[in-house]
Amino acid sequence: MSTTIEIRNIFRRFGQHTVLSDVNLSVEPGELLALLGPSGSGKTTLLRLIAGLDFPDAGIIKFDKDDALGRKPKERGVGFVFQHYALFRHMTVFENIAFALRVRRMPKGEVKTRVNELLKLIQLETLAGRYPAQLSGGQRQRVALARALAIQPRVLLLDEPFGALDAVVRRDLRRQIRNLHEEMNITTLFVTHDQEEAFELADRVVIMNGGRIFQEGTPIDIYRAPADAFVHEFLGESNKFPCVIERGIVHVITGGEIGFAIGTAAAPNGKATAYIRPHHVLIRPNTRGAWRVNRLTSTGAQARITVACNDIIAESVITADAVVESNLTEGATVDVTFTGGTLFDAEGKNPIKVAALKPTLAQLGTGTR
Amino acid sequence: MAVKAQPIETFLVAKPDRDKAFPWGKTVLIATALLFMALFLLLPLLIVFSEALSAGISEYIDALDDPNIASAIGITLLIAAIAVPANVVFGVIAAWCIARFEFSGRNLLITLIDLPFSISPVVAGLLEVLLFGLNGLLGPWLSNHNIQIIFALPGMVIATTFVTFPFVAREIIPLAQEQGNDEEEAAVTLGASGLQIFWRVSLPKLRWGLLYGVLLCNARAMGEFGAVSVVSGKIFGLTDTLSLAVESLYDSYEIQAAFAVASLLAMLALVTLVLKAALEWRHRDELHAMRRKKAAT
Repeated sequence: MSTTIEIRNIFRRFGQHTVLSDVNLSVEPGELLALLGPSGSGKTTLLRLIAGLDFPDAGIIKFDKDDALGRKPKERGVGFVFQHYALFRHMTVFENIAFALRVRRMPKGEVKTRVNELLKLIQLETLAGRYPAQLSGGQRQRVALARALAIQPRVLLLDEPFGALDAVVRRDLRRQIRNLHEEMNITTLFVTHDQEEAFELADRVVIMNGGRIFQEGTPIDIYRAPADAFVHEFLGESNKFPCVIERGIVHVITGGEIGFAIGTAAAPNGKATAYIRPHHVLIRPNTRGAWRVNRLTSTGAQARITVACNDIIAESVITADAVVESNLTEGATVDVTFTGGTLFDAEGKNPIKVAALKPTLAQLGTGTR
Repeated sequence: MAVKAQPIETFLVAKPDRDKAFPWGKTVLIATALLFMALFLLLPLLIVFSEALSAGISEYIDALDDPNIASAIGITLLIAAIAVPANVVFGVIAAWCIARFEFSGRNLLITLIDLPFSISPVVAGLLEVLLFGLNGLLGPWLSNHNIQIIFALPGMVIATTFVTFPFVAREIIPLAQEQGNDEEEAAVTLGASGLQIFWRVSLPKLRWGLLYGVLLCNARAMGEFGAVSVVSGKIFGLTDTLSLAVESLYDSYEIQAAFAVASLLAMLALVTLVLKAALEWRHRDELHAMRRKKAAT
């Protein structure tokens, strides 16, 4: 009973500026899909096209087999939650939620029943008489959601749904939306620039940049196999090292010359850039180690360590407990091993996995302890 | 009725320090403001009423019990009743266009709206004579078709509408621009038609600005003198408004009668104020909420 969305060859230009360029996307029935990308990537424009708030210059959007672009917004059955909620400031919570029903001339009694159901769903029964300005951010967000759900939409669209909320409320609302989605099973798209949010909430993530879709897949697949350097960088920080590959060994470039090996890769000889996530940078104390701990800061459960070897600087993230166990301090000399990473060519394409150097791992076994 | 939460800022403001630094500052400022108010607002108002009643209440009633005065009241109210709605319609359309669309001539429109403020009303009246008068641009055509504008009610309505043109528009255009388009878009996704959006969303969200605009516009429309005096011809009992009657009575040394009529105008102003206060009181919850939101953003 849930709706599929088919998006084919969508183009959208504003004057000289191309906001969406040949976008193709299929959304499965009942799927919870995240559009993830930096600001200006066209994700909100895509959402507005689906809702009918804007029209593409070319392309097709279908709900099931039904041409959505040929229909007015109100005939599409789309619920839209705006980034800043866009609640009607002169109406109470009750009237906000009732709006869609009232403009459809639903009998008063039915409106009351339906709105009360929704108020119960978002747990704001006691605040029905308040005005939006009298609510907290999280409460406004829930009202916006209930208002969008009032017409029982086929498709639910959320634009940066958690953008304006503080961390605790955010986490809470994420869970509520996930639960709500599981309960109602409405095909849902949400836009976010927050990778963590997209990964936690969505069944599938679509990564957009510069008006194009760069990659789509489950959070795990995308994280493990980013299609290019942009996606890799966007999904979280990484250490970037210019490298030279010789006979399958990856050497970093230091001081303009070929330096030490950091791993192996099934790549042809030549230059590339290695992207290594901080949690793939392994640190072991060694009084004769080549690396030095420059900085050590705690972010609570985890510690962030900056290590340097000549002009090469790497960031590592390990658990705070591990720091205490291995007695790491600033200024200490250490061994550093890279346990994984990805190589991209000069254009940031053609990802190739980097594996840890076996000898280094063997050395680790005979390390300090 | 629940107790309203005190805005937290009230507690956070470092009041004691400021008061210590300028111990007399607050008192002096408040006293100056009150003195100014008393001297320039309250005193004239009292004088109007005391002069009007100086010869006793029966004289006061006599002065007003005159068919010419009755006609002046009628004309004043009629002019306001046409000019104010006309400017409301124009103001709302202008605000709608300016807040919603980017179009060439948009800045010109914003500037033009202020024109009546920058032109002396007398000049505005003269312009109208030059346009519609017998020797004016459209004069011959109008007289051929037996339409009289100058020295008649239509001219006075046009003059008043022109002079009070900016009041509503000026009040709601900034409001409309500040509020943006989000709520209208939300209404679109919720299935409202264009008309439904206008009546249920766009107009209500402007309604407080609109109210102030209407009140100011109305006060000015009833009190307008300069432009109307040029185009009216001041025909007693025909094209005489209250403001014009005050002047002509005063000029013919009927001081007490002049003040009696002036007191009517003052009372109209007071009624306007009371109306505004009553509306604000009735919608205090909503207003309170809107102010808090404004302070928060």
